[in-house]
Amino acid sequence: MTSIKDIPLSDLDPSVQTRFQSGEHFEVFDRLRAEAPVYFHETTQYGPFWSISKYKDIIEVEANPKVFSSDAAYGGIWIKEQPKDTIRKSFMTADQPEHDQQRKVVNPIVSPSNLNDMEQKVRDIVTLVLDDLPLNEEIDWVERVSVEVTGRVLCELMDFPVEERMDLTTWSDIVNTDVDAGTEITDEYVKLEKLKPMIIKFKELFAERTGMPPQNDLISMLAHSQETANMEPQQFVGMLVLLMVGGNDTTRNSISGGLDALNKFPEEYKKLRENPELVESMVPEIIRWVTPVAHMRRTALEDIEFHGQQIKKGDKVIMWYCSGNRDPEVIEDPYTFKIDRKNPRQHVSFGFGIHRCLGNRMAELQLRVLWEEILKRGWVIETTGEPERRFSNFVVGIDSLKAIIRKPE
Amino acid sequence: MAKIIFVDHDGTKHEVEASVGSNVMQAAVDNNIEGIDGDCGGMCACATCHVTVDPEWFAKTGARSENEESMLTFLPEIAETARLGCQIEITDELDGLVVHLPIEQF
Repeated sequence: MTSIKDIPLSDLDPSVQTRFQSGEHFEVFDRLRAEAPVYFHETTQYGPFWSISKYKDIIEVEANPKVFSSDAAYGGIWIKEQPKDTIRKSFMTADQPEHDQQRKVVNPIVSPSNLNDMEQKVRDIVTLVLDDLPLNEEIDWVERVSVEVTGRVLCELMDFPVEERMDLTTWSDIVNTDVDAGTEITDEYVKLEKLKPMIIKFKELFAERTGMPPQNDLISMLAHSQETANMEPQQFVGMLVLLMVGGNDTTRNSISGGLDALNKFPEEYKKLRENPELVESMVPEIIRWVTPVAHMRRTALEDIEFHGQQIKKGDKVIMWYCSGNRDPEVIEDPYTFKIDRKNPRQHVSFGFGIHRCLGNRMAELQLRVLWEEILKRGWVIETTGEPERRFSNFVVGIDSLKAIIRKPE
Repeated sequence: MAKIIFVDHDGTKHEVEASVGSNVMQAAVDNNIEGIDGDCGGMCACATCHVTVDPEWFAKTGARSENEESMLTFLPEIAETARLGCQIEITDELDGLVVHLPIEQF
């Protein structure tokens, strides 16, 4: 097989999913950053697009939403073009002013007072999940911990029946299935069909919340706001999917990826056990390391010169977060997982600008509480193999990670 | 140089000297002022340098740009004199500027 360094840049498609599974995508982006940080790929599996691979250039694109649109009307945030009638609309796929209006509706979920209330609830959930784990026996960390913690927290945030939490994970996974992965979900129509139970369930909850006094959960917030009380079908699905996936798959994969990273850098794991207060700076480092969302797409609304390149109106522009987070110009020694970085929150995993992740602090909270509780128990969690990575260039998924919990005397 | 006074949520004051032409976020980061993260490096793109300007000084800090307005609107709680530190350029006129820090940045 030709190695990545020998492929001419013009033949290199950075979106190839299998490279995201093997880790070879990092080599592709190392080359792009070094040789052509703003590069127009003429032929890829998704047709032509620009790759933005450097940290600072990514922020520059994000800070200019007037030129670089996220609107569903031009293709939204997806690298693959979607059939118009299956597009999920939300504030993530809207420009201003709609974006600001809709985002404001759910913003109170991350208010300091709500985050404060959530901390104890997250701690109770984490305790419940950890109490149930066997020692000295191989378990699947993804299934037993990552899925359980994030699923239960999401139930709390949505006031969704906790005994039905697996549905949230299932639906979230359907949404994030790459239609080219060779599963039964071969296109967006199949996906929408499979999401029907989700739509029914959320309609039911939405109607129920509409009839109740406003309360502090995401569905109630949507149901009681003028902006979102009467969403058309594609927006209804879009909003709920956004909150569900945003609050589920990404943090799930950070929990799994964090354990993998600690096992790959045993010195760091040792440092953590000896200095549990490092959890605080380890959490953003996990989020950088994992980069749960590998890219986002924008569409140029006008011709623009960008770092010497001519981006044309209508061009598709991909910001590769996974590359920005390995940019040595900004992140020292980017291929090393270091739990005590000086500026650990310096990473692009949450995006920047008006579309910056709404739940960033909620994600950090879950990771922090989980690791605090693990360390309190004096556990050492050893992975027993490589993570099973998902076929995707978008959500960096870990579907399975085997591990054994030990408690040294 | 201009003097900038950062007031913590609990009232503690931190006085720093900042160069004219720099900005409030940079002055905070350079002096390790806790509560100012400045994750995006001053591009008005993350809102982690959110400060509340002392009302007496607010007019002198200039007007919010449209982008800044957007970034501020989705902060959980904002005061009338809220600004993003990176968008306040330090001028001679701002010598003595007082800004208040939030409990935590979002």
